[in-house]
Amino acid sequence: MTLLDAPRTSPFVLAPKDIPRKTERLVDLFEYGLDAPICLTWELTYACNLSCVHCLSSSGRRDPRELTTAEAKAVIDEFERMQVFYVNIGGGEPTVRPDFWELVDYASEHHVGVKFSTNGVKISPEIAQRLVRSDYVDVQISLDGATAEVNDHVRGPGSYATAMNAMQNMYEAGFKGFKISVVCTSQNISQLDDFKAIADKFDAQLRLTRLRPSGRGADVWDELHPTQTQQRELYDWLVAHGDGVLTGDSFFHLSAFGDALPGLNLCGAGRVVCLIDPVGDVYACPFAIHEEFLAGNVRSEGGFQEVWQHSELFLKLREPQSGGACTSCAFFDTCKGGCMAAKFFTGLPLDGPDPECVQGYGEELLKNRKGKAVELPKSSIVDHSHRTTRAGREGMGSVQLTLSRRAGMVPVNASDCEVSPLVGFTPEQPPAGACDESPLAGMNLLATSQSSCAGESCGEGTCGCS
Amino acid sequence: MPGLDLDRGWDLHPQVSVRPEPFGALLYHFGTRQLSFLKDTTLLAVVRTLADVPSARAACTAAGIAESDLPRYQRALGTLAKSSMVVERTS
Repeated sequence: MTLLDAPRTSPFVLAPKDIPRKTERLVDLFEYGLDAPICLTWELTYACNLSCVHCLSSSGRRDPRELTTAEAKAVIDEFERMQVFYVNIGGGEPTVRPDFWELVDYASEHHVGVKFSTNGVKISPEIAQRLVRSDYVDVQISLDGATAEVNDHVRGPGSYATAMNAMQNMYEAGFKGFKISVVCTSQNISQLDDFKAIADKFDAQLRLTRLRPSGRGADVWDELHPTQTQQRELYDWLVAHGDGVLTGDSFFHLSAFGDALPGLNLCGAGRVVCLIDPVGDVYACPFAIHEEFLAGNVRSEGGFQEVWQHSELFLKLREPQSGGACTSCAFFDTCKGGCMAAKFFTGLPLDGPDPECVQGYGEELLKNRKGKAVELPKSSIVDHSHRTTRAGREGMGSVQLTLSRRAGMVPVNASDCEVSPLVGFTPEQPPAGACDESPLAGMNLLATSQSSCAGESCGEGTCGCS
Repeated sequence: MPGLDLDRGWDLHPQVSVRPEPFGALLYHFGTRQLSFLKDTTLLAVVRTLADVPSARAACTAAGIAESDLPRYQRALGTLAKSSMVVERTS
C-alpha cells in the first residue's frame, strides 16, 4: 500500500521528539531553519514564450492575479528588511513582464541581489551591455540540449537558437561567469562534455540540475529521467569536475554511489529555501507547487516574513524528519532519502527512498505501485500551460519534433520553464563546496565542534535553489 | 596560515552585509557573491566591533575572548580576510 492509498492529513513524517538534536555540523543547524531564507526563488510571472515539456510551474499564460509592480516592490522592501541578500528570479519567463527591468533596478537599489533565469528571449546586445554594468545582477540562461535537436525537443522549436544568441550577446558584452543551466535528462546526459565546452566558449559557468516530476515534468518524467546507468555516468562526471560545475546540490541523492558530492547535502525546503510564485503564494521549494506544500501568501497580514517564520508548514519541515525505511541504509547520512518533491509527485511515501534512489530501492517501490491504480497527486493549483500546441508528443527517435508550428504562425505562446528546476543557492562565483566538509575547517569556533564552518565561504549549498 | 595581524586595524568590507542567525551569522559579499557562515556568536561580536577599535586584538578583548582561545579566532579572521570579507584598514 502506498501512502496515497491511505487517508492523508499530512504527508510529513516527523521523527520522535526525544531524538537529540545534533549541532556539530552547519548542515544540522540549517535543518532547524533560519530567520530568513538563504536561497529564495521568486517566480514573477506564469507567462512564457515557450512551452517546455518539463516546466516545473506549468507556465504559459499570465495569471491575472499576479503581483502588481507596487506589490512586487513591497516584497523587495521586505527582503531588504529581512536581509535576504539575493533572490533567484524565474517564471515563466520573467523578462516578458513589462516591469521586469524596473523591478531588477529596484532590487539593486535596495541591496537585494538578483540572479534571474531566462530562456534568453530578451537578452539583446543592448540588454547584455546594461547587465554587465550591474554588480547586483547575475544571469542564468537555460539550455537543455547541447544540440538544437535535443534541446528543442524539450524546450520547443527555435529555443536553442534563442539561447545561443543570448549567450553570444552576453559574451560579447563581456559578462563573465553568467550561468548556463541544464536540466539533466536521459537525452542529454551523453552531452555533458559538450555543455561544458559551450560554457567554456562563452566564459560562462555550467550548472547542472535535476529533472523533477513536478508541474508538466510529471507528464514526461518517465520518458526523460536518467536511467540508472546514466545516473552513474552523471555522478562520475560530477566527481571528476568537482567545484567547477554548479549543481545547487540538487543531486545529493547520487551521493549514495560513493563519496558525497560537494554541497551541504540537505533538502532545504522550508528550512533555507522557499518559493514565491507569481500570485504571491509561498511554497516550501520550487519543485513543490502543490497545496500540500503551500505555506501562505505574501499578501496576507505580516507578509512574507510571517509566512517564513511562523507558518505551520515551515515549522513542521524544520522538525527532524523521520528517515523511515531509509535509516538503515549505509548512505542515509549523505542522501537523507533524497528529494521530498520527487517522492511526492511519483506517489511514494515521504519517509522512504527517492524514486531515483541509486541503490534501486525507489525503482522497486515504483514497480510495486504498478497495477494498483495509484492516483498521483494532482495539484488544484491553476495550470497556466498554453492551451494550444504541444499535444501528442510521443517518444522521440533521435529528432522527433512534435512541437508543431502551423505555417505562417509565429511562435507566440510558450512557456519558459525557467523555473530552473534546480540548483544551488548562490549566485556564487567559485563554488566553495560544503562548509562542514571543508579542508579549511581548522578554525573551529565551537568548542565542541570538529568541523565548524566558521568564517569560511560557501558557494554552493542546499537543494532547492534555482 | 596563522591568520591576520591582530595588532592592525581591520574593517568589514564595505560590500559585505551581516545577517545574525541563531547559530551565529551569515555574511554576504556583494562583490564576490560569496556567502560565509559564522558559526559562533562571539566571532560575530568580534566582526561587528572591528571598525570601532584600533586593532583586531582589541575587538577580541572586547568580546571577552581568553588568551588561550585567541589563536582560533585569529585563524577564523584570517580566513575572512582571505575571502575579502574583512580588509585591513588603510588610513
